[in-house]
Amino acid sequence: MLIDLVRTLITKKRTAAIMSMTDVELPVLTAKDFASDQEIRWCPRCGDYSILAQMKKVLPTLGIPRENIVFVSGIGCSSRFPYYMNTYGFHSIHGRAPAIATGLKVARPELQVWVITGDGDALSIGGNHFMHAIRRNVDLKIILFNNQIYGLTKGQYSPTSPLGKRTKSSPLGSVDYPLSPLSVAIGSEATFVARSVDVDIKHLTMVLERAAAHKGTAFVEVYQDCNVFNSGAFEFASKKDEKVENCIYLENGKPLIFGANRDKGIRLNGKGELEVVGLDEVKEDDLLFHDETSKEPAHAFKLARMRWPEMPEPMGVFRDIKKPTYDAAVQQQMEDATAKNGGGDLEALFNSGDTWEVK
Amino acid sequence: MSTVDTAEAQEKELQEVESVVIRFCGDSGDGMQLAGTQFTNVSAVFGNDVSTLPDFPAEIRAPAGSLAGVSGFQLCFSSSEVFTPGDEVDTLVAMNPAALKTNLRDLKRGGTLIVNEDAFDKANLQKAHYGTNPLEDGDALAAYRVHKVPMTRLTRDSVEGLGLTQREADRCKNIFALGLVYWLYDRDATPTEEWLTSKFSKHPSIAEANLRALKAGQNYGFSTESFTVHYEVGPAALPAGRYRKMTGNEALAFGLATAARLANTELFFGGYPITPASDILHELSKLKHFGVKTFQAEDEIAAITSVIGAAFGGALSVTASSGPGIALKGEGIGLAVMTELPLVIINVQRGGPSTGLPTKTEQSDLFLSYFGRNGDCPLVLLAAQSPADCFDMAQEALRLAVNHMTPVFLLTDGYIANGAEPWPIPNVEDLKPIKVVHPTEPNANGDGYLPYLRDENLVRPWAIPGTPGLEHRLGGIEKSDGTGNVDYDPKNHQHMVETRQRKIDLIANDIPEQTVFGPESGELLVVSWGGTYGAVRTAVDRSIKAGKSVAHCHIRYISPFPRNLQEVFGNYKKILIPELNMGQLRLIIRGKYLVDAKGFNKIQGKPFLVSELTTKIDEMLS
Repeated sequence: MLIDLVRTLITKKRTAAIMSMTDVELPVLTAKDFASDQEIRWCPRCGDYSILAQMKKVLPTLGIPRENIVFVSGIGCSSRFPYYMNTYGFHSIHGRAPAIATGLKVARPELQVWVITGDGDALSIGGNHFMHAIRRNVDLKIILFNNQIYGLTKGQYSPTSPLGKRTKSSPLGSVDYPLSPLSVAIGSEATFVARSVDVDIKHLTMVLERAAAHKGTAFVEVYQDCNVFNSGAFEFASKKDEKVENCIYLENGKPLIFGANRDKGIRLNGKGELEVVGLDEVKEDDLLFHDETSKEPAHAFKLARMRWPEMPEPMGVFRDIKKPTYDAAVQQQMEDATAKNGGGDLEALFNSGDTWEVK
Repeated sequence: MSTVDTAEAQEKELQEVESVVIRFCGDSGDGMQLAGTQFTNVSAVFGNDVSTLPDFPAEIRAPAGSLAGVSGFQLCFSSSEVFTPGDEVDTLVAMNPAALKTNLRDLKRGGTLIVNEDAFDKANLQKAHYGTNPLEDGDALAAYRVHKVPMTRLTRDSVEGLGLTQREADRCKNIFALGLVYWLYDRDATPTEEWLTSKFSKHPSIAEANLRALKAGQNYGFSTESFTVHYEVGPAALPAGRYRKMTGNEALAFGLATAARLANTELFFGGYPITPASDILHELSKLKHFGVKTFQAEDEIAAITSVIGAAFGGALSVTASSGPGIALKGEGIGLAVMTELPLVIINVQRGGPSTGLPTKTEQSDLFLSYFGRNGDCPLVLLAAQSPADCFDMAQEALRLAVNHMTPVFLLTDGYIANGAEPWPIPNVEDLKPIKVVHPTEPNANGDGYLPYLRDENLVRPWAIPGTPGLEHRLGGIEKSDGTGNVDYDPKNHQHMVETRQRKIDLIANDIPEQTVFGPESGELLVVSWGGTYGAVRTAVDRSIKAGKSVAHCHIRYISPFPRNLQEVFGNYKKILIPELNMGQLRLIIRGKYLVDAKGFNKIQGKPFLVSELTTKIDEMLS
């Protein structure tokens, strides 16, 4: 966590530097300044409350004027999120938020654009836009609230529901193999991929800060409890004494170690498979070390394949690499074209091609 | 550069004619579009009025020699004003048996037929389903003036010594045919020579080969016995000024870029490739230095929704597609209506339903555009009438979108998208800029901002992200007027649905009144919209000249209709609405104005012929 602390300090310093450069002190905002006047209408004890609260805490620390932040969402419980933020916001249509956000970001690269989506919204009806926003590396922060269920339509299985899940639309158990959001994101060459849990306040805050600091598509999966239709789906990752046994908290450059006593680790065996080993048998140096900056996505993909209860599930930042963004490239082409051809002379345009004079 | 010695040329008769219709047809790989385009350019530069109709198959390269693979390009050039590419063909150039078979029926009796006789071999005849060779069958072509020209052989001979492969040599035969037709119509080939030289500047031997083929074609016409007469079509009396050849899709791109430039705002265009709309994306992507951002989206839905995002951000935002793509955009367009964001959806109509006839023209997406969304979902709908009109209508669509905070449909069709006509180049100073206003101050008591606080035209303000103090949320859920907050109240919903409709209705005050061509009252009013303008105008003009009581009302504003439209309808005893669909405008007009409008409906993927319309007009008047 030291690295993150350093990062946070750097961000804060940078904010201070910007403030002194402009001579106009930015108003110091608090979480309250990001709360809209709308009554929040999620179910009691919905995991969304916690995510909303952490977001409101993180935004004031970014040094970005509130008016330059936009939340775009699709359809679903999570997609009501923009109504509760006192920023610019767009509650759009099912699955299309990444495409709307892409248009906005390309038109207005100076804005910070967040996409709030769910497992049905991003991976089912909106799978195509999700994949393409990521592969283009548009500078968007995509936060996927994964509750493994359709909540707003009252409890059908979703593309992330486990096989055999009994729901209103699968009374005999779902026969759909689930999709791993992280695998899809990594497979689409995402430049930032992370996972956290709604009620793990400190961890979620850290992940949101890291996502906000990333340039390019930052994809964050948040395990979110649907108290009404899928209660307890993520207990393994949220219960205080159990989560340390069931999850691995990723730290860049460090070996993969977990357990309440930090006595277990992950090793890459001779067959190229990941396995759990005891630290009484294996030395730390022989464990798999986490490298979030690895150019090849294989490392992050392998980690994304670790699923509880067979394996402990990694939490934190899987991947964070640098790559030019789509919106910046579009902007660059505009500038290059203008430098080369001048700023668009209409008369010259009209007179280009096959012209003639009638006397 | 003249290829013909003047003294000798006088041996052949030069007849003056008013207008000529030529069609080049051949295999889709034969370069017929290119030959037609060059002929059009040369004629336009000479000063003729021109109108063109490219007609190509949906398959990029159907099997060579097959009936499905025939590609054609028809043009009319004239010393007087023309509105259509012509009904009947005066001169048909057919490069193979399949082209002859599919096009001969449009050649007028006594017309000139030029065929590449080298292509009439057994294999090609079979592919065209000819039992016997029509060139050898005395009766088959007896009604026409036939010129059998060994084009393949002559082209090969003309390029000999340049080191070309046979394939490369054969690719010049369209230019040979072009050269021959240039001679036939006494055209100055200089623009084509310049074009070939510049086009193949990196391949001098190819350039030289084409120049030689062009000259060989001209010389062939001049020197063979086969052609005894050639023709001259004088320049048209177009208003003085500078002109440019313009296709509809080009004109749209120019119009959009012009509007953005004059408004000093960026244009955001999101599109997904689809025939026949893709050229708009191609043209706009060349205009980045005009502040045009183009986004090739992953699908049609992303194209419309990216445009909605850009509009939220304050850009002049446009998407374009055709039938199947427009169907996919429906939900997104509904969101734009609900959030009252300004954007333009261009629908270049093609034959439907489903994939339908991708490369053929039709007017059958009026209902889709007018009604094709869930809920009562009104918007503005305009239709361009000709290729050059697309330039004006693109700007008009953006003007109405921005001034009234609404999505605007702009309908064109495959016929005007790909067809070309002379465009009088406007003075930049004469063009009116669109006024784009983004508020920066709160508009409510205290320091609040109400995104749905409406002005006297029911238009809401367009505050954009980045403006401090005006933070607000938009969305697809029904909202409270004024605040824009989510509101499920029954009375509010009725109020909002009615308000959205009233807002569109009020736009009738911001568009021109309907005008009529011909007498202000009389027996018959012919009502048309979109790309049928040229054919209907010509038909009505002819009928008027023949002493008939008929007038033409061409509607460019379909939602809302011009405010005097009902009054116009009342001035005539009968109303005829010819459409390239089953009667879509007719149903809307009958529903709205309770008039007994009759239809004339052609759904063949082809534009109206003037003669079809004059016949129908006569029938209505008898």
